[in-house]
Amino acid sequence: MTETTPSRRAVPLWIQIVIWVFLAGLLALVALGLSRRQQGTVQPGEVIDDFSLTFYSGYELDGKTEIKFSDLRGKVVVLNFWASWCKPCEQEAADLQQAWTEYAPTGEVVFLGVDYVDTEADARVYLKKFGITYANGADLATRISQYFRIKGVPETYFVDKEGVLRYVQIGPFSDVDQIREQIDLLLK
Amino acid sequence: MIANLGLGILLVTFIVTVYSAVTAAASNPKGLARLLRSLPSLRAKRFADELEKLETPQRAASMAESARRAMLLTFPLLTITSLLLIYLLVNDHYEVQFVYEVTSRSMPTYLKITAWWGGQAGSLLFWSWLMSAFASLVTLRKWDRDREFLPWVIFVSCVTLAFFVGMTAFFENPFRVFYQTETGVEAHFFQPANSTPFTPEDGRGLNPLLRHPGMIIHPPLLYLGFVSYVIPFAFAIAALITGRTDDRWIRLTRRWSLWAWLFLTFGLVLGGRWAYDVLGWGGYWGWDPVEIAAFMPWLTGTAFLHSVMIQEKRGMLKHWNMLLIILTYDLVIFGTFLTRSGVLSSVHAFAQSAIGPLFFIYIAITLIVSVALVIYRWGELKSETEMNSLLSREALFLFNNLLFMSILVVCFWGVIYPLTSELFTGSKVTVGPAFYERANGPLFAGLMFLMGIAPLSAWGHSTVKTLGRAMWLPTVAAVLVTIAIFVTYTHNVYALIGFFLVAFVILITLYEYWRGSRARMKIHSENIFTAFWNLTARDRRRYGGYIVHISMMLMAIGILGIELFQMETQGTLEVGQQKSIGGYDVVYKDIARFTGPDGREVTRAVLSIYRGQEYLGDLHPRIDYYWDSQQSMTIPGQRATMKDDLYILLVNWEPAAATGATFKIYVNPLVNWLWMGSLLFLIGIIIAAWPDKDPERIAVRAGRRARQASAAD
Amino acid sequence: MKAMIRAGKIRNSKYAVFLLILLLISSILVFNSSVSAQGPAPTDDDVNKIAKKLFCPVCENTPLDVCPTEACRQWREQIRQMLIEGKTEDEIIQYFIDTYGVRASGDPPNKIASYLIPVTAILLGTALLLRALQMWKKPKAAESTVPAGEAKQVHQDEYFNKLEDELKKRK
Repeated sequence: MTETTPSRRAVPLWIQIVIWVFLAGLLALVALGLSRRQQGTVQPGEVIDDFSLTFYSGYELDGKTEIKFSDLRGKVVVLNFWASWCKPCEQEAADLQQAWTEYAPTGEVVFLGVDYVDTEADARVYLKKFGITYANGADLATRISQYFRIKGVPETYFVDKEGVLRYVQIGPFSDVDQIREQIDLLLK
Repeated sequence: MIANLGLGILLVTFIVTVYSAVTAAASNPKGLARLLRSLPSLRAKRFADELEKLETPQRAASMAESARRAMLLTFPLLTITSLLLIYLLVNDHYEVQFVYEVTSRSMPTYLKITAWWGGQAGSLLFWSWLMSAFASLVTLRKWDRDREFLPWVIFVSCVTLAFFVGMTAFFENPFRVFYQTETGVEAHFFQPANSTPFTPEDGRGLNPLLRHPGMIIHPPLLYLGFVSYVIPFAFAIAALITGRTDDRWIRLTRRWSLWAWLFLTFGLVLGGRWAYDVLGWGGYWGWDPVEIAAFMPWLTGTAFLHSVMIQEKRGMLKHWNMLLIILTYDLVIFGTFLTRSGVLSSVHAFAQSAIGPLFFIYIAITLIVSVALVIYRWGELKSETEMNSLLSREALFLFNNLLFMSILVVCFWGVIYPLTSELFTGSKVTVGPAFYERANGPLFAGLMFLMGIAPLSAWGHSTVKTLGRAMWLPTVAAVLVTIAIFVTYTHNVYALIGFFLVAFVILITLYEYWRGSRARMKIHSENIFTAFWNLTARDRRRYGGYIVHISMMLMAIGILGIELFQMETQGTLEVGQQKSIGGYDVVYKDIARFTGPDGREVTRAVLSIYRGQEYLGDLHPRIDYYWDSQQSMTIPGQRATMKDDLYILLVNWEPAAATGATFKIYVNPLVNWLWMGSLLFLIGIIIAAWPDKDPERIAVRAGRRARQASAAD
Repeated sequence: MKAMIRAGKIRNSKYAVFLLILLLISSILVFNSSVSAQGPAPTDDDVNKIAKKLFCPVCENTPLDVCPTEACRQWREQIRQMLIEGKTEDEIIQYFIDTYGVRASGDPPNKIASYLIPVTAILLGTALLLRALQMWKKPKAAESTVPAGEAKQVHQDEYFNKLEDELKKRK
């Protein structure tokens, strides 16, 4: 056995620093990335950043083909993510439409349908099938859904008159009362 | 009741593992003291002096023994826990959340058992159970020569085990039970106030994708591979802590790493086979992050397998081997995390649970501590010999390691890139197969080239002349083979390079075999078969390794075939119509929809296959729809030959519509070589890894001799 | 109970694809549209050729040509429509990126970042290795090496020596 006692030569300091910086950077990168993925949706209490939504023709908001979210200050906004391929969305479609017909006359509430990863042709078939009349548009380049960090469809976000998110409904509503309850809270 | 018992035993196991880890560490105060001394603080040094006084041989021995017994206890405890879970699964105890999520009444019993590793909580328990089995196996061996390693091997194993058991007990517990409370049904360990037990009528059923036989044994094999890599890691850390940094730890764990590699490789291949049979996309590997997560420890593990040989033969690369095994260990944990949590593969499946951050923290801590240990021992890990030639075997092994690491970098970057991109640009991106294929292709080619020349080069020294003399004959033969392929099969440049390399490696390896056998025939006057047999028996690791190389090349043939020559077509046929592809004529005969044995709805088509006028048989692609989990599976109809696979998928058929059925037809050339290769691989690796009669003594003697020999030359 | 079902919501919706009625409607639609179109209708193979390069956010990491979800079926239909309209492959892929975000494409948008970093890392590794080899290969090592085969020329077969050497070392 050549059990020579090796000279105890430590690692040069600069190499140690390089190693640790590299390791820390790598871990930080992974940590940040993972934590971002782990975040839930935008949480109630947060002010919603501005974004724009282009509507399908026939589903405009007050005749405007495109709006900025900030234009809606002073109104309660019900933002519903949906898709024509989404089965659970169909459960709540009629309820949403009913709630809309009830609150539309007040002029204080806006319903926005955001169509997630969908083709326009299929979306139109869906909208027609459930007789939906409130404003609807596609989530272009999935920017809006990425901002809200949605976990799936359907999800509905209730934003108050100051533009602050107040409530998030994940999954379909079980009945129209659930929708009324949230809107009434924000109208008070 | 039973669920509570399971929970109780799980908690006890956790306490036992923690006890074992703490006792093991405390049994070796000198080791701790030495570590403390390296800290710059004076108080740490004083404390270290105190610690050293504590160590008496008797106390150390009795504490280590206590730790060992505690560790041995974890296996029966986890076995009971697992049996309880299996009991719940098999007997339809849907009041238990885990049982509800992974089984249903219509599932056969064997599937209810394998549902054990079908969900996150159960698979963590399964991981822990395997880990405890391996840790127990290790502690059962004779330890007299390596007393000082024992406490630290127990320590590392038990820390790992404690982490997984703790995770199972506190965060992903399979024994949570449903209770009806005022706000709805919730799962709890114990009955909350004002609630009643709640039992769903039926479970949601196992994900149909996991009901395939391939999926029944693919996860266990992969996990076996994962878990067995913990053992070499534990020895490496023990070597670092005790300062016994010669190659003893490598010799002790050589077979462990071979078996670990066997399980991991075969687990990966089976995963590929499962994907081919079940996922219905005509391939076996899609560069999905989950697949890559299992592939990354394989890359470092394979690099480790090669580079330890340099340390054994030449006493070099000690740092590197340490780093490799540390990396492998953390990639194993990372892989378990990714495959289980789904954090990368799908945002949807991932609930916000604490397990993600905990896994990350554990990986970060183990990585930092291990690297710190390596730096601390850096001086003592110095190489004993010098590198002599760029063509020596050790140099070629280094290039091999470089290539494996490069592939790792590409894979890791591909997995992590979407995360970073999201971080910096705010928008999600997809890293598709094209990226990996483009970046890894040349690296794989380089590996194949090295696989060809490395066996011919000698340890210590080789020159272009000696290498050239050894390889000109096989090289010429390989060129001839490539020309033959050019004339008869393909003009694709990538394919030709690939096939040349395959031929090159196989011929050189066979040539090596032949020269070895011939040498034996001359000197021992043996006949060719005895010579061949004895040659392999004398150095099983080397010649087993050669068989593994050949098997890898067979697999490469399959991969080249399907990657470069896959043909596909899709179309809607009416009964009696036909579609042609790759020399096959496929005639749509019939289709039927009926209810299968376990309640699934089967839609099965019949297609007749012809080549010209010759009738080759019928194929039956089908779609299985599972009502319980509301998912469907597309099972291909396959006709496999060594030349190609005909692989037909039923894409769509509606009984009401008179438009016929839509089929997708693939011709996958040469893919069978991949599966054949994996069988040969199994043979090769078993030859290499089969335990010697007395591995201990032989290994020691061999080590001493090898060292003397290398010191002499 | 609701909470549990919620957890499976997306899954269910993903696989709701196979719900019969939708498929029925769609297949009829397909049939009609391709019949009414001018010129040769694009085949499934034409569609799949483009779909291979696209990824739908609903089923991450599954190429569009083999993804079984309803959303992906709609996407493929979209490709077919665009082919009928005479759009080229590049135009179609660009349309998908514009409409559904960069992740619809299998190639990361920022080629430089995606390839440069691993390539730099590999080059760095190679440089490190070569440097290490240089350090190891000190001139003094030269005199210590005499190839085993040349040292003992008792047997004619040099290889045989090496082999037996190797074998002896091992056992």
